[in-house]
Amino acid sequence: MMYFELLLLGLLVICGITTCLSKNLLTSLIIFMAYSVIMSVIWALLEAPDLAVTEAAVGAGVSSLLLFLTLRKLKSIQRKEEENEKKP
Amino acid sequence: MMERIWDERIQIVAVILFTIGFCTLLVHKNLLKKIIGLNIMDTASYLLLTSMGYVEGRLAPIIRGGNTDPSAYVNPLPAGLVLTGIVVSVSVTALLLALTIRLYRHYHSLDLDKIYELAAKEDQNER
Amino acid sequence: MKRSLKELFREWDADRFDLSVSGSVPQKERPSPLPPERYDVIPELEETIMRRFHRVVPVLTFLLGLTLSLFLIMTVLELPAFGSSDSPVFNEVFTRYVQDGTEETGAVNTVAGVILDYRAFDTLGETHVLYTALVAVLILLLGFEKTDPGIRTPGYEVIRQDPVLTTCAKLVIPCVVIYGLYIICNGHLGPGGGFCGGTVIGSALILAALAFGFDSVERFVNYRTIRVVLVIALCFYSLSKGYSFFCGANGIESGIRPGTPGRIFSAGLILPLNAAVGVVVSCTMYSLYSVFRRGRL
Repeated sequence: MMYFELLLLGLLVICGITTCLSKNLLTSLIIFMAYSVIMSVIWALLEAPDLAVTEAAVGAGVSSLLLFLTLRKLKSIQRKEEENEKKP
Repeated sequence: MMERIWDERIQIVAVILFTIGFCTLLVHKNLLKKIIGLNIMDTASYLLLTSMGYVEGRLAPIIRGGNTDPSAYVNPLPAGLVLTGIVVSVSVTALLLALTIRLYRHYHSLDLDKIYELAAKEDQNER
Repeated sequence: MKRSLKELFREWDADRFDLSVSGSVPQKERPSPLPPERYDVIPELEETIMRRFHRVVPVLTFLLGLTLSLFLIMTVLELPAFGSSDSPVFNEVFTRYVQDGTEETGAVNTVAGVILDYRAFDTLGETHVLYTALVAVLILLLGFEKTDPGIRTPGYEVIRQDPVLTTCAKLVIPCVVIYGLYIICNGHLGPGGGFCGGTVIGSALILAALAFGFDSVERFVNYRTIRVVLVIALCFYSLSKGYSFFCGANGIESGIRPGTPGRIFSAGLILPLNAAVGVVVSCTMYSLYSVFRRGRL
């Protein structure tokens, strides 16, 4: 159990650093999702099951979904801009 | 000293994550990255709070078989506080994302420096 | 792709750290609507100073982060040891919550008892924070599509009826809804409660909207129902908890019994309050998705 905890903590730090450093926004969002899942497992290990369930549903689910939707929306705005510039 | 660090590993990881989120918030010019950094800072502080209530060998605070001995359960108070914090952080994230979309529609950039520049130009234009 | 930290910093330095939206498509310069000579407010010297400053910023931030983390680690080492029971967190409040919590609130899960009975006012404020965030997002994003029709790209709102996704969604959605209801109704007996259950039900609604389109979801969850249900749930929470507070403060018999711990219908107000919170959270999550996806509820 100790090694499992250490592995999770190491993965957490690695996920945090790669989220900060990755160039592509989509990649960093996916790594952030993984970060949330690892965090929820750590909370389950810390004997806080309420927090684990909530973080898995909110942090990894809805929060990441909203980030993805924003990225998609920004992309569509960008594409539309390009089309508008081509037209005239 | 090393033993002490080994004992406090979860809190030290929480501090490191807090620093990573802080640096992301400061260095990156991209607004979405800033939001992710803020989220990392949030979860790091929640991890620190939760680890304060944990005791080795005790169980989650769900009363089993009428055993209400306090020395059998971990502290329920940090869990309750952090539960509030998680939901508040998701609403803050939604608000920030909506603001980002509006900014992008107006200035067509996610770069904060560029947005400042364009806003300064707009101000001059109005004058 | 192997790169050293030095190279990473050099890339940062040369401003080649591409953070444009797609990562691959470079951001285009916006054509300025004004003649360029009016923009030359920043003299050349100032510009070079600013560029040098931007070059130094990552290094400075790295040093700042290092010192900050060192100070924080020193503080953490001074805190009560992790995993020991003699820290000041375990005071009489903790003892009271665990010893008398089940008797006083009727909730087997002490966390539910804490957040929905002892500290219900806190949760009321939190629910209102969610509601306020939804209102703010609506103000920011609603009604913008009308004035700016150029935002709507073809194929953005249209949802493809994928047969695999539709079949899977038909199988999965009932299970997800039942699981969410179980979490909400079981909030005082085990881990769970209104927040995660509401999120699970909201994600079931989101999945339905993804698979079958917004029109099929709108038949039973639309702007009208969301508005009415949200306000009813918030009012129910405020009024019932206000009644409970009023009776408790004035020493009046409130008629709310904790019941037998361990039963579904026990724990006084906790189950209805969990249901109200779940309704608010699920409606908020679905509305946030809808607003972010198509710009309206």
